[in-house]
Amino acid sequence: MKELKPAILMCLLFTLLCGGFYPAVVTGLAQTIFPRQANGSLIIDANGRTVGSALIGQPFSGPRYFWPRPSATAGFAYNPMASGGSNSGPANPAFLATVAERIGALRATGVTTPIPADLVLASASGLDPHISLDAARLQIPRIALARNLSEEAVAGFVANHTEGRQLGLLGEPRVNVLLLNRALDNP
Amino acid sequence: MRTISEHSQEEKRPAMTLPYDLLQFLGLLGALLLLAHPLGTFMARVYNGERTFLSPILAPCESLFYRICGVDRNDEMGWQRYAYAMLLFNLVLFLTLFGMLLAQPALPFNPQGLPGLSWPLALNTAISFVTNTNWQNYSGESTLSYFTQMAGLTVHNFVSAASGMAIVIALIRGFVRRTSAFIGNFWVDLTRSVLYILLPLSLVGAVFLTSQGVIQNFCGYKTAALTQPISYDKPKLDALGTPMLDRAGKPLTENVTAKEVSIPMGPVASQEAIKELGTNGGGFFNANSAHPFENPTPLSNFMEVLFILLIPAALTRTFGVMVGNPRQGRALLGVMLFLFIVAFGVLHASELASTPMLHKLGVAGGNLEGKELRFGLADTDIFTVATTATSCGAVTAMHDSLTPLGGLVPLSLILLGEIVFGGVGCGLYTMLAFAIIAVFVSGLMIGRTPEYLGKKIEVREMWMSIVIILVAGIVVLILSGLAMITPSATASMANPGAHGLTEVLYAFASMANNNGSAFAGLTGNTNFYNLLGGLAMLIGRYVPAVAVLAMAGGQAGKKYVPPSLGTLPTDKFPFAFWLTLVILIVGALTFFPALALGPIVEHLSMMGVN
Repeated sequence: MKELKPAILMCLLFTLLCGGFYPAVVTGLAQTIFPRQANGSLIIDANGRTVGSALIGQPFSGPRYFWPRPSATAGFAYNPMASGGSNSGPANPAFLATVAERIGALRATGVTTPIPADLVLASASGLDPHISLDAARLQIPRIALARNLSEEAVAGFVANHTEGRQLGLLGEPRVNVLLLNRALDNP
Repeated sequence: MRTISEHSQEEKRPAMTLPYDLLQFLGLLGALLLLAHPLGTFMARVYNGERTFLSPILAPCESLFYRICGVDRNDEMGWQRYAYAMLLFNLVLFLTLFGMLLAQPALPFNPQGLPGLSWPLALNTAISFVTNTNWQNYSGESTLSYFTQMAGLTVHNFVSAASGMAIVIALIRGFVRRTSAFIGNFWVDLTRSVLYILLPLSLVGAVFLTSQGVIQNFCGYKTAALTQPISYDKPKLDALGTPMLDRAGKPLTENVTAKEVSIPMGPVASQEAIKELGTNGGGFFNANSAHPFENPTPLSNFMEVLFILLIPAALTRTFGVMVGNPRQGRALLGVMLFLFIVAFGVLHASELASTPMLHKLGVAGGNLEGKELRFGLADTDIFTVATTATSCGAVTAMHDSLTPLGGLVPLSLILLGEIVFGGVGCGLYTMLAFAIIAVFVSGLMIGRTPEYLGKKIEVREMWMSIVIILVAGIVVLILSGLAMITPSATASMANPGAHGLTEVLYAFASMANNNGSAFAGLTGNTNFYNLLGGLAMLIGRYVPAVAVLAMAGGQAGKKYVPPSLGTLPTDKFPFAFWLTLVILIVGALTFFPALALGPIVEHLSMMGVN
């Protein structure tokens, strides 16, 4: 029983240190040095309303907006309260039927080229804010037509919202769909 | 923070991304080796009780800990007492967390007013975090309060990792000491692991992560107006909250429009850093490290992978320094690196190739189902290999949606016992058990005395090594078999056919080896998986841990045998090669039949589609 006292006291001390002191210090530092990031990189519109986070995607449909990646979150697409993927196996017939349906929706807008994978395969978080450059380019004609803009003008919006590889090396070049669509609405 | 409009030079096709992929992979290995070396040396000093550059600040804290807890740092323990202290401490931790999960509504920092967990779920979760598994049968954002995440899970992330580190250090002392009855003091090893190693690194890592966009606050969830409202079919609930059904038994739905959404908040960065560093893997959110608030940029992903591998890789250096021959550690590191590179190669090639079904539908590019675009395939695959090579189990990809051969890689890495770097502490001790088997088998084959690090390998060491290596595998196969003949267990599968078997096999492999990642389509929050999974995690963690300590005690008591002509050198390439073969043979003999029925048959039938 000699070890019971340190067992209980160590549990208590580590709870105070790692569960109290440590998160408090990190919060203090984060809120001082990186307050915008630490609070969710929120987007506030001109009226002071929170309209989303630059890191969390939102659902878009119809001809006027760039479409994001499919989302498998529960309830509705891009539900931030239910992050997660489809967990469909690659050979699951229901999954393949869903993908075929998504391809059909794109083909119906006049797309004839091969379909970039990110535009018809759901993300892991269901909240992926990005699409690939190919996926954005493929949608430019549709949006130009619906908004009565030239394709060059829409391509300019895409170019302005393209993020390159981080440090020139890491990750993939990509377009933030929410920021891009908001820019289209408020040029 | 972000570079805008570099798109013109970014015209890329899959073939064009391959150099980037390789560069990122090599960059990661380079950074890892560069950091692991000094960290390993530092850790050896810490565990030997020598002064380090952190001592001026931390030595007084350390002394204070011992004074409060009544621990004498020179009070050496035999292996039984060391094991008893470790088990007792883990029991206290388990009871605390179990109580906390049940009593969640009565505790502070619960702005969403989340209720307590059901007892089977609380039991599974408490075991899961105490054993460093961090298997999650719940989704964090809708189940756990900030208090539970911090005072419960974050704390366990530290101490379960520290327990693993203490155990492997005790084993190393067993090799180093000669005719000694003692292997160190558990409380001292535990305290030093947290104070000198885990806490300082986590602090730096957490602040770095917030710079990339990982959140760290105590706000309630935010409401955001959607730019384009979404209409969807919502199941109709009756007054009691159960779904209403129509005459045909189908759920009734009503069409509603969501104009705004809730965005969850919380102290994420502080947990994220230790979640990777301690190879814990329990995500703050359901989507784990795929969630943009846990892992917002490719750079945060790079750092998280580095953190997952850092301590396990550094421990090989610590081992080498402590046994007085760094080449002994380097031989083990070489085996780990080799297996890591092969695993990444197979996984990445398989995901790049995608599937014939998707090609047929006209989908261009690799398999992006269950992956995040900002990481692309390369960063995602690096993370997937790192998280299953160690006992981390955090995910940036939904492993359930990997291609069959791609999914075979994480599953095999887990089944091999997570020795490719491995969990903090437990990876190295399992690898050392394999080294002992390799020494013994080669001794039999070439007629040399089985010795490792100047200690004779005898019956006791062989027994303990076999227990360490085979216990988890036996648990996996028995429980997976049991699941196959239990209708309520097979009903949990999300995908039909061979893939369903893989889901179950992966679940028990992950729990018994304390990994925590999942083929998450499987509905795990049932009594069957909560309870038997809890059992698998307990056996998989504590039986090998006690066996390691028993071996440490036995080795410490032995005399030193100086190397002679009859000794097999264990710090040279031929031994590393032989060790790799032994690992692969043991793994293949144990698991090939089960793997053949799961991912392998799925791959073959998929190729038959063409």
